[in-house]
Amino acid sequence: MERPLTKNIRPGAEPLDLRGYEAAGGYQALRKALLQMTPAEVQEEVKQAGLRGRGGAGFPTGVKWSIVPSGSDAPRPKYFVVNADEMEPGTFKDRLLLEGDPHQLIEGALLGAYAIEADVVYIFLRWEYRRAAKLLERAIAEAYAAGYIGRGVLGTDRRVEMYIHISAGRYICGEETALLNALEGKRATPRAKPPFPQTSGLFGKPTIVNNVETVCNVPHIINNGAAWFKGLSQSEDSGTKIYGVSGKVRRPGAWELPMGITLRELIEEHAGGMRDGVRFRGALPGGASTDFLVEEHLDVKLDYGSVQAAGSRLGTGNVIVLDDGTCPVGMVRNLEHFFAQESCGWCTPCRDGLPWTEKVLAAIEEGRGQSRDLGRLELHTKLLGPGNTFCAFAPGAMEPLQSALKYFRDDFERHIREARCPWR
Amino acid sequence: MAILYIDGQPYEISAGSNILHAVLSHKLDLPYFCWHPALGSVGACRLCAVKQFRDADDTRGRLVMACLTPADNARISINDPDARSFRKSVIEWLMANHPHDCPICDEGGECHLQDMTLMTGHCAREHRFPKRTYRNQYLGPLINHEMNRCIQCYRCVRFYNDYAGGDDLQAFASRDRVYFGRQRDGVLESEFSGNLVEVCPTGVFTDKTLKQHYTRKWDLQTAPSVCVHCSLGCNIIPGERYGQLRRVRNRYNHEVNGYFLCDRGRYGYEFVNSDRRLRSPFLRQDGAELAPVAVDEALQRAGAMLTGSAGVVGIGSPRASLEANFALRVLAGPERFFSGMAPEEDRLVGTALAILQTGPARAPSLADVAQADAVLVLGEDVTNTAPMLALQLRQAVRRQPSQVAYDMGIPEWNDAAVREIVQGQRGPLFIATPAATKLDDVATQTYRAAPDDLARLGFAVAHALDPAAPPVPDLPDELQTLAAQIAGALAGASRPLVVGGVSLGSEAALQAAASVARALCRDDRTAELCLVLPECNSLGAALLGGGDLAAAAETLRSGAADTLVVLENDLFRRADAASVEALLSAAKHVIVIDHLANETSGRADLVLPAATFAEGDGTLVNNEGRAQRFYQVFVPEGAIQESWRWVRDLLRAAGRTAEAPWETQDEIIGALAQAQPELAPIAELAPPADFRVVGAKIPRQQHRYSGRTAMLANITVHEPRPPDDPDSPLAFSMEGLLLQAPPPLITEFWSPGWNSAQAINKFQSEVGGPLHGGALGRRLIEPGRAEAAISATVPPAFEPREGALLAVPLHHIFGSEELSVLTPGIHELAPQPYLALSPADAEGLGVVEGDPLALAPAEDGGSLSPEAGGLVARLLPSLPRGVVGVPAGLPGLAGVRAGGWCRVRRVLEERTP
Repeated sequence: MERPLTKNIRPGAEPLDLRGYEAAGGYQALRKALLQMTPAEVQEEVKQAGLRGRGGAGFPTGVKWSIVPSGSDAPRPKYFVVNADEMEPGTFKDRLLLEGDPHQLIEGALLGAYAIEADVVYIFLRWEYRRAAKLLERAIAEAYAAGYIGRGVLGTDRRVEMYIHISAGRYICGEETALLNALEGKRATPRAKPPFPQTSGLFGKPTIVNNVETVCNVPHIINNGAAWFKGLSQSEDSGTKIYGVSGKVRRPGAWELPMGITLRELIEEHAGGMRDGVRFRGALPGGASTDFLVEEHLDVKLDYGSVQAAGSRLGTGNVIVLDDGTCPVGMVRNLEHFFAQESCGWCTPCRDGLPWTEKVLAAIEEGRGQSRDLGRLELHTKLLGPGNTFCAFAPGAMEPLQSALKYFRDDFERHIREARCPWR
Repeated sequence: MAILYIDGQPYEISAGSNILHAVLSHKLDLPYFCWHPALGSVGACRLCAVKQFRDADDTRGRLVMACLTPADNARISINDPDARSFRKSVIEWLMANHPHDCPICDEGGECHLQDMTLMTGHCAREHRFPKRTYRNQYLGPLINHEMNRCIQCYRCVRFYNDYAGGDDLQAFASRDRVYFGRQRDGVLESEFSGNLVEVCPTGVFTDKTLKQHYTRKWDLQTAPSVCVHCSLGCNIIPGERYGQLRRVRNRYNHEVNGYFLCDRGRYGYEFVNSDRRLRSPFLRQDGAELAPVAVDEALQRAGAMLTGSAGVVGIGSPRASLEANFALRVLAGPERFFSGMAPEEDRLVGTALAILQTGPARAPSLADVAQADAVLVLGEDVTNTAPMLALQLRQAVRRQPSQVAYDMGIPEWNDAAVREIVQGQRGPLFIATPAATKLDDVATQTYRAAPDDLARLGFAVAHALDPAAPPVPDLPDELQTLAAQIAGALAGASRPLVVGGVSLGSEAALQAAASVARALCRDDRTAELCLVLPECNSLGAALLGGGDLAAAAETLRSGAADTLVVLENDLFRRADAASVEALLSAAKHVIVIDHLANETSGRADLVLPAATFAEGDGTLVNNEGRAQRFYQVFVPEGAIQESWRWVRDLLRAAGRTAEAPWETQDEIIGALAQAQPELAPIAELAPPADFRVVGAKIPRQQHRYSGRTAMLANITVHEPRPPDDPDSPLAFSMEGLLLQAPPPLITEFWSPGWNSAQAINKFQSEVGGPLHGGALGRRLIEPGRAEAAISATVPPAFEPREGALLAVPLHHIFGSEELSVLTPGIHELAPQPYLALSPADAEGLGVVEGDPLALAPAEDGGSLSPEAGGLVARLLPSLPRGVVGVPAGLPGLAGVRAGGWCRVRRVLEERTP
């Protein structure tokens, strides 16, 4: 089984430096693209490969790139931004790539920048990823010195600059337009679309924002071609995926696996199954803002279409497992506490609706629940739906709640009926 | 035109608008918070949700935000149950934390949140958890802060920062703890902070001056009025209760001030309530102190003075109405009627009038200013001399860069998106002033120099635009380059604008501004020329004619006249004390008609108490040449009446009854129109006094006005008959129809369900457009095509002198204007008298910041004021060498002539280390 993204990563070892990365075949894709391919050909290869955004939304990367205005009369400068603000609870796949193989990300970002003819690359990094920041800074300096970044890249007349921006640390900064506002030094609130960042993004100029894992795939697609990339997968969606598992499993962790393995395979084979004494009750397949999957979904393929058909979203592909020794109300309360706290405060339903759900959940968990509370929660899951709020944050926050109300309703009712948490 | 289907009905709408705009323009109710007609859409509050359907067959539809959704050919439902219940939920979320103290809240009755809550029908509280609370801040003497009421609509910061260019009011924190305030307690720095009171949909920001003499909003007696604190003539609605003016609020005028006012205009009203008000006639007998007398006796004595006199000199005023000045001109006769301005100011304002009348450039309205796409400001610190002009120039600099957004298909109303595209880009704005101005942050280039050098830059721009304009000799290369850059920007614009004025006291700078405008107008191109004038009726006074104060003094000295009548004018603010003394001493009798006791009234033999703008009707001509009518708000106590009525009474007392047949406002306006046909349009500013709406007058009091039968019950239990108003179709009463009043007679913007300032939507022909039912104000002056009747002489370059400094006036929004400083809050914000020096000059004089200084005329400087002391040194790095900045209008400095040479010296006393 090929693991292109993690082939250079050795657990516990320092990442490859520039020489090591080059020796492992690194920067060949960049060389190939710059010297043999036009930006449009790079875009086309990625489009053909069927690479979809790994940040959670799954938008086809090549299509996203193709909307950026190109040619000599396109607005300048153009920006390529790597979204490394990995703050989704239970998600740690980007960290693996950032700390494990920084040059891979740099090469991918340079390829993406070339594909849209961007002049500047920003890596927007989560505040807590201090080690990644240090490693990236070193790697970028090496790449500058080697002539991969800067003026006259690889002897061509291309010039590109690359900067790391360390986020002030808010979950909403991972939303691509809030990220752009934060990068501009403004309040990290999302922007209205249209205009989309591809035409009016950072500082009002054409901008692409791609997730770390997405970007890391690009060098391999350019090196090996679209057909190879499709062949990596076990499903309709191409490539490999870095899946992760947390919760009360035997071996929590992250693994690069073919796209489309089942939830059961992931938990039982790779995470070693549930710990002794607890049973699987459900799982959030792709971070905190995805709907629960339960036992009946264990054989669902973890690709974009299959998870959606099962009523959830692949999201980041990093699974949080709920076991029978943990109170589902408490888990959802914890999630809604996170979301209420991370709301940017721009639109009313999110700013004032999420704290309300958190308070209701707290009341239920602490035995102060009232019979009308479930109706209030359900109403919120509908009112905070897509389109009603300014961005996708609050609808995402409602996904675990609405599915918990569906699958674990008895537990909620028991809390209210017994005026206590049965798990305490 | 496009079509919008609302609940199955087709409505014609303006193409390219958003759904909320279209719905409100059709006078349908749809609640909203964060959208503001002048600020555009950002989609934050989510209150304006409607159901949108794909086509006629779509029955499911989806919720969209009306403010962010294009309306053309859309199909929507306002009444859809999902939309209604979502809107109700939005209010419910906001109410989770909003204090339930409406009955005692000072915003109550004028609260947009209250209106929207009722409109959505939310009434039962389900949220059973504690409310969030905040700490409030001290924001200065004009604005009160009560953050617990905040509903986080973001309007305040969008107005304050994005629209008005402030930066000390910000949104802080996040989630449900978002806080709107300053980084720390302190006076809000923006000159437009008062608009927060109306921009805020609830009571977070409220009028502190009103709070200090609070009354319920619906208990205010109101009338349409015009601001008297600068030359722009913004429209206002003053409100009175129990004989006291309580507050001023914006009166929407599409062409002039739109939705906003400056803080001087909003808060400057308290002079009306001042202790210095004159409320009865005062008479000086046998050299004694002035003492109050009855009206009859006062007029009898006045009659004696006038009939026995060799002739009457009348000194009018640029802060008095056309009617008052005209009446005085009748009393004194055109030969002996004087404008009330000092010679320099009289000449400058006269020149400005001539430029506007004969020059090819049109004077723009404030709305036009916002549409300009390249601007040169020559010599005016507009933030301080005409504040609302600065606000409009901040909009003008967005014109050129916004075009990129429009080209991308982003409509103007999509405010956040347009600003993201525009970012920090700004259209051309060049500011040439003696010192730094608050508008510099949006300027393309600034130039700091003495007035003559500013003028030379202007003439150089004119020459670059039109080789026929005189060249500027010996111009340094960098100025040549700057002039070429300015000329290029103006010539390349579709609506170029030149802003000039008289505040520097420099004829050359004024002429230079006119020359640039004239050069832009060659080959039948158009350009606009906005000239800032000193006072609310400067242009009106100039239109009425009459010589300056020196000519008045000469007439008295010549013996041709010996009785002086001074109308609403404190002469000691206009000239140095010695020459005013000389003028007053030359008169045998001095009669002063004014509303405030001042130095001039203190020298009078007879003082007659005049009405302020709030107690009488009148007509003013703003800097654009727009005549506007203000109406009496309330009936004052005592013998106060309009100045023109006093003059009429003087004429009658002098036995000249036939010359003064005027009994009503309409009659004096008729007489004025007949005497001076160019002013005849003022008779058509508003319907005459006998105008009625369905047989009734228009009420000054809302239908909810309380206490009608109780207010005077401590005096009499019989309800008194409301006072008559012979001058207008307005009544001092609750009775009548408010909703059908024509625009000049709208006493209050109110509509059922809309109790806040937002009710304005119901009165506009279209949201943001003119008021429905006719024009407001009339332009009296349109550009001519006469070839330069004005001489344009290029002055030589400014040369600093050894041992003397050139006096250059520096204006202050708070402090420079006579009446507004009587508002305690404004007085508090006014600077202490100072002299500004460039650091180099200060070093030469051995002066450091804060040193006590004295100012005296230089030996060869002509007639200047005697030494003025009590001044402190302020070092102004932007000030050029060789000049001294003299704060205009501050106590003790009235006599310093702009453009005069002065000596500045340090007053010897121990420096505190």
